[in-house]
Amino acid sequence: MSKPAKAVGIEIAGINLSYGATHVLKNVDLTVRPGEFFAFLGPSGCGKTTLLRLIAGFAQAQTGQVLLDGQDVAPLPPWKRDVGMVFQSYALWPHMTVAKNVAFGLEERRLPRAEIDRRVAEALDLVGLAAFAGRRPAQLSGGQQQRVAVARTIAIEPKVLLLDEPLSNLDAKMRVSVRRELRALQQRLGLTTIFVTHDQEEANTICDRIAVMDAGTIRQVGTPMELYESPANLFVASFLGSANILGDGDGISVPAGKRLVFRPQHATLSSVAGATLRGPVTHREFLGATVRYSVRIGGSEILVEVPFQSGGELRTVGDMVGVALPPERMLFLPA
Amino acid sequence: MRTLAGTRSLGQAALALAIALFLGLFLVVPVTTVIYVAFTEKGGGALTLINFLDFARTELFVRSFWNSVYVSAMTVVWASALALPLAYLTTRFEFRGAMLVQTLGFLPLVMPPFVGAVAMQLLFGRNGSVNLLLDEWFGFKIGFMEGLNGVIFLQAIHYFPFILVNLSAALRNIDRSMEEAAQNLGSHGLRLFRRIALPLALPGYIAGASLVFVKVFDDVATPLLLNVKEMLAPQAYLRITSIGIDDPMGYVISVVLIGVAVATMWASALVLKGKDYATTQRGGGGLARRKLKPRESFLAYAVVILILALVLAPHVGLLLLSFATVWSFSPLPDGYTLAHYARVLGDSSVYIKNTLLYSSLAAGIDIVIGGAIAYLVLRTKLAGRQWLDWAASTALAVPGIVLGIGYLRAFYGVKLPDGTPLATLWIVIVLAIAIRRLPYALRAAYAALQQISVSLEEAAENLGATKARTVRRVVIPLMTGGLLAGFVTSFATAAVELSAVLMLVQSNSDAPLAYGLYVLMQTPAGRGAGAALGVIAVVIVAICMGLAQLAADRSQRVRGLDI
Repeated sequence: MSKPAKAVGIEIAGINLSYGATHVLKNVDLTVRPGEFFAFLGPSGCGKTTLLRLIAGFAQAQTGQVLLDGQDVAPLPPWKRDVGMVFQSYALWPHMTVAKNVAFGLEERRLPRAEIDRRVAEALDLVGLAAFAGRRPAQLSGGQQQRVAVARTIAIEPKVLLLDEPLSNLDAKMRVSVRRELRALQQRLGLTTIFVTHDQEEANTICDRIAVMDAGTIRQVGTPMELYESPANLFVASFLGSANILGDGDGISVPAGKRLVFRPQHATLSSVAGATLRGPVTHREFLGATVRYSVRIGGSEILVEVPFQSGGELRTVGDMVGVALPPERMLFLPA
Repeated sequence: MRTLAGTRSLGQAALALAIALFLGLFLVVPVTTVIYVAFTEKGGGALTLINFLDFARTELFVRSFWNSVYVSAMTVVWASALALPLAYLTTRFEFRGAMLVQTLGFLPLVMPPFVGAVAMQLLFGRNGSVNLLLDEWFGFKIGFMEGLNGVIFLQAIHYFPFILVNLSAALRNIDRSMEEAAQNLGSHGLRLFRRIALPLALPGYIAGASLVFVKVFDDVATPLLLNVKEMLAPQAYLRITSIGIDDPMGYVISVVLIGVAVATMWASALVLKGKDYATTQRGGGGLARRKLKPRESFLAYAVVILILALVLAPHVGLLLLSFATVWSFSPLPDGYTLAHYARVLGDSSVYIKNTLLYSSLAAGIDIVIGGAIAYLVLRTKLAGRQWLDWAASTALAVPGIVLGIGYLRAFYGVKLPDGTPLATLWIVIVLAIAIRRLPYALRAAYAALQQISVSLEEAAENLGATKARTVRRVVIPLMTGGLLAGFVTSFATAAVELSAVLMLVQSNSDAPLAYGLYVLMQTPAGRGAGAALGVIAVVIVAICMGLAQLAADRSQRVRGLDI
């Protein structure tokens, strides 16, 4: 498959979308750079799929704009947008062979037969399914079906590629290999791609940048490392990895309206003497490489993970401990 | 433990045996008699193909055969032409007329085509209302009802809802993403419907279309009332009634009718093999619906109203006819009277009485046997239980006229002590109707039983109830609503069953309403009374349908299945 002439950027500005009384997207602003592998990450019901469907033209916003390559797509119906979407269910048509499925979009574009055949072969080659062209979708495994869905979409050489939870219907082992394939394919095509998922590991491992969404709003946009190291708010901090959150009620002083946030592995257990954070150990879990302690501090319970050394001394439930935390690992975040 | 299982399956086996005996006596024996007679020499007993050769050499029969094929095929074509736009409109758009269209689905059940045949002749015939008006305003006439066209026209109007209902259900079961994926790849509108939605709904369409084909092929009364004799099913009836039950041709035609029905069902099964496209996914939902623009909306309503007018035409015509003094060569009757109703409620009331008696008996038999078969198949491990289901379901492939001929032949020789042949008793009519309706009652019983979780029965047994007591105290009470709905539906359709009855009625005093209607409609003088009977039949059936719906709804609520 030839590279598209130029990767396309997406601008989303001031989007508000409601279904009846339900406000699904609230003032969404977002920029996806050309050629980027971008993720919409959030719990179910946060509006990420709706935002994706908005770009594809399957949802209509009450306010705001979606610009593809600087052009407002609002007046364009789905079939004129050139936005390739891979559906969560794959949506392969059971009455057509694999080759017919892949050829569909090209036939709709009234391309000459020879070119259709060539591009179908290319697309199937690209996903490694050339040998399966004559099969029906029902005769393929889940992973193969997913690759047909991708081939069908990239065959039309779309401006951008939208993937709606593409890994959710695969088993755990397949997910790892398929997500690597998707990343490799995206790199080879240089295609601007948006990936919708609720799984932070998927987003972290293959995406350049992530928009973390919650209840119809975008809570933070950044690279996986930025989001982990410097989350902008409590939601992002606790959605990506585990986070301890302490506030006024726990006997410590924090700036007004903020909370103290830190990762379990950044804290260590110390002696009680002189420690600001202290309390009894309530649980101990052995995880192999680490030991995870739960410590009650004020009215909250926090987690502390310490590396396990064989022969090292372990605390037991009921011990009073101090929790030490390097100042650079303390984050004070708004709720 | 062995003895316990032993007594239990003994009871089940006795039940199964009784049902097998019933089906054998009143379905298998008559049908095999018909087939046997078709393959044996007249007078002699030797097996032969000579009768079929005679059939193929008789120009009238060959012409009738092709006429029947043509009429059935064209009915499917026209019924599809009516059903497709309606299915497209109601599944693809937000359309307020959709409810109206969906209720059309019940109309053919309310009134079989032969009931409205004469009324349609008066509305659409050469000198019917529509053509008189066309001639007056535009100076031309349309041959809606000329010859075979009349049969096609009437049957298409009556049977298109079978295609509509099946097709709409299939369209609604298509996952929304199937269509969105096509839009995403650049397809839309009618082209998308043709390439994606329609092929995916093909199984539903084929199911409806093959049903229509068989029903039209087997229909005796509608062509005869339209004075079309050169079709196969009417030929079977005419041959037996005019030449007698010893003439082999009626049996040969019967075998051909069965053959066509079986071949049609087999062909549709073959086409559908491997095409079970149930695509609805979790959280999916059917095709995305679009709002119609004002102009499209206007067009949509125009189409729906036109089709609705056609569908209602036989009903309206029948109603007018039942009140008409004289109605001929004029768009509307010359005057109106209640005399026809007085007549049918007076001296012709025996028809109504007979119908109520026969239909309730037949429906009762159906629901008992249907319920028993459903229980044996779904809840026991009795060997051969599946055979009962198959046997009962083969009734679907046996045209009513064939069953009637079979009864006549098989039971005419069986004499009661006083010398009257068994075939002339009115109870035989009831049995024929019961066999005809059994497959439908069986489906209703299956549906009712399938909705009851096995664990409810296991809980009763766990608490000490025996199998028999569990059936009586748990299964039957829970099935009641479903069975009642099945009973009422069987009753309603039995009330307008004619093709089997036509062969079996020996005297007017034993005749049900459908037969009386058929006889009265033959003469201009009887038409008004026939129409009045038709209206009464429609009212009875419509009330039953309403009751069936009510019973089904109530049982849903009782079981808390209401969402």
